[in-house]
Amino acid sequence: MAEHGGGNGHPHNHFPWYTNSEGKRAGIIGFLTSTNHKRIGTLYLVPILSFFSIAVILGVLMRIQMLSPNSKFLAGTLYNQVFTLHGVIMIFLVVIPAIPTIFGNFFLPILIGGKDMAFPRLNLFTWYLYILGAVILLVSLLTGKGPADTGWTFYVPYSLRTTVNVPFAVFGVFILGMSSILTGLNIVTTVHMERAPGMKFSRLPLSIWGIYATAWVQVLATPVIGITMVLILIERVLGIGVFDPTKGGDPLLYQHLFWIYSHPAVYIMILPAMGVISDIFPVFSRKNIFGYKTIAFSSLAIASVGSLVWGHHMYVSGQSDTAGVVFSLITFLVAVPSAIKVFNWVATMYKGSIKMDPPFLYALGFIALFSIGGLTGLILGALSTDVHTHDTYFVVGHFHYVIFGGMGFGLFAALHYWFPKMFGKMYNQKTAVVAFIILFVGFNVFYMTLLILGWAGMPRRYYSYLPQFTDLQRIATYGSWVMVAGLALMFGNLLHGLFRGKKAESNPWGGATLEWQLPSPPAEHSFAETPVITRGPYVFTDQDGNGHGTKEAHEQQPQPKR
Amino acid sequence: MSSSHSPSVEVHEEGVKARVGLWLFLLSEILLFGGMFLLYSMYRYKSPGDFHAASMELSRFDGTLNTIVLLTSSLTVVVALHSLHIKHKKGRAVFFLLATIALGLTFLVVKSFEWTAKFEHGLYPGAKFLATQNHGFILFFGLYFTMTGLHALHVIVGMVVLSFVTNFVIREKVRPDRINIMENGALYWHLVDIIWIFLYPLFYLIS
Repeated sequence: MAEHGGGNGHPHNHFPWYTNSEGKRAGIIGFLTSTNHKRIGTLYLVPILSFFSIAVILGVLMRIQMLSPNSKFLAGTLYNQVFTLHGVIMIFLVVIPAIPTIFGNFFLPILIGGKDMAFPRLNLFTWYLYILGAVILLVSLLTGKGPADTGWTFYVPYSLRTTVNVPFAVFGVFILGMSSILTGLNIVTTVHMERAPGMKFSRLPLSIWGIYATAWVQVLATPVIGITMVLILIERVLGIGVFDPTKGGDPLLYQHLFWIYSHPAVYIMILPAMGVISDIFPVFSRKNIFGYKTIAFSSLAIASVGSLVWGHHMYVSGQSDTAGVVFSLITFLVAVPSAIKVFNWVATMYKGSIKMDPPFLYALGFIALFSIGGLTGLILGALSTDVHTHDTYFVVGHFHYVIFGGMGFGLFAALHYWFPKMFGKMYNQKTAVVAFIILFVGFNVFYMTLLILGWAGMPRRYYSYLPQFTDLQRIATYGSWVMVAGLALMFGNLLHGLFRGKKAESNPWGGATLEWQLPSPPAEHSFAETPVITRGPYVFTDQDGNGHGTKEAHEQQPQPKR
Repeated sequence: MSSSHSPSVEVHEEGVKARVGLWLFLLSEILLFGGMFLLYSMYRYKSPGDFHAASMELSRFDGTLNTIVLLTSSLTVVVALHSLHIKHKKGRAVFFLLATIALGLTFLVVKSFEWTAKFEHGLYPGAKFLATQNHGFILFFGLYFTMTGLHALHVIVGMVVLSFVTNFVIREKVRPDRINIMENGALYWHLVDIIWIFLYPLFYLIS
């Protein structure tokens, strides 16, 4: 969005990492060729938020179609193409990359006291791969018979037979997968190799633990969808038969391969958000995090156990009953580390000194919505109830609660938390609160109604419905409008803050992690001297919320010189 | 702290970083092929007879020859590394690097003869003859061309990487004390080799 234009066109010197690139080229070219992790993080921010807005608009169009059972607004194949596009853009261009690439790039090196990512040039390369993947998806819109109508899952055999532009879409996903693998590789190496002296693993901020666990999943799971997408491409072009039932291929194997990646991908989406939330809770409760180690290890537990549950997407696909029971059992197991995290966040607030600032509101919203998403997930994870709710709006409601309510609100929390640090400006906090309330209310009116509709039997991916669903469908659509109004206000407020906002202090929230000890925004080279870490990330010594701490605590903290 | 590092420590750290990154990359490559090995094992489990019959159509001589060629190339790349790293002999290192690339090329030539023969016998996806065969037979050749094709692509990438390494050794950008690019190139070449070690028995030696 306009963050980009605003940032780099600005001649002001208070955007130091925007306007000079190690004394070399400045301006847009300097920006697009810089390997500085802060610039790359900002480079990712712009397209990701733009794609998010586009996919939101597509979602609203679908809701307008659903205002009436006889609506012709987006009927037939067009509706299929729109929900496919909405899913592909949201999943592959927004939700999977968002937090690791924007905030991971910007803050990972700072939070561990390092200079930059382990492989700065590779880092920039991943951005170009991301853009290339997006362009290929765009080409699939404008050429041939238009965008894919298969749903974001590209299930065979339909994806082999449909005449629309599936090959371009799957190739775009393959390229985006490469970008994701290389980003994960960079993050794992950075966490291992770039930490400042004294930054033991037990002193890593929990946001880093979340991004670190995610990066492993990115490296290990993404290749599987990469090859699966390539196989669809080869199957369509050469007809090798591996997914084509007329040649003996088994479509069920496609589903296995697809979900071997795409279920862990759900954790690629949610783990970084959980990490950010774990950083926000202690800051706004003025209290050390409850159960640091359990949160850190539950991230790893979710990443590993979550890689073994893909079969719960396939209960009604014809896989064996034994497989169903085993996958169901492991699915319940994943709920345990997730619940541990929720418990720890709530326990962190207990007897804390809570400040209801916008980032904290979004974090609280995250817990509420993620819990609903998690609990509805258990209903879907149980074999018997899933048969009833499979492929209904209940599933749609569930994953929007988890992905949008969880990852989305985590992203918004991170935006509001780190905005003053990234841009050196403060948004209007009252407006941010109002936007949050509108967004939260609209969200629940919308998606709660989908859960009810799904429970009543409304199937997903249909552009029409039985007349008895009309009232609820309309309520959902009205809810979506309220939600979008909240989103618009939130982004408008952030944009206004970027251009017209007051100058932000270096530590507006009173955080104790390393980034808050740098000026806002940080200099091109974050630390003039490598900091030496002597304490954990959530050691607060003051009670006034200013975050400056007592004199003694101040002396213990690393003091980077500018 | 890193500002107080001596240059050699920095070089060493860069080397460790690059190696960690490359191992992670190799891990992701293995999982890329892992998806196809999964398909292979499922389809072979479903129709072992067809897979055996289809396997008899492949030339065991060509497969074995190529296995020997690739194994030898892994040896030559290690000898090249050893020559430069331990013995400090640049000329010998360049010679063995070129030998490795030549062996990679030999592999591709043999492979292309093999593929051509299959095309002549109508054993390729989309061929009329193949379409009349059992499902397992068709799938075997679908997997054979996809997996060996993707492997051949990796051989080509490996050869390009080793060409760059050779160039760096000649221009002394890679030296005994700055060896990590060469080490990583050799590691990648070993990956190419080890994938073939699995492809060879799975396609040529089914009984």
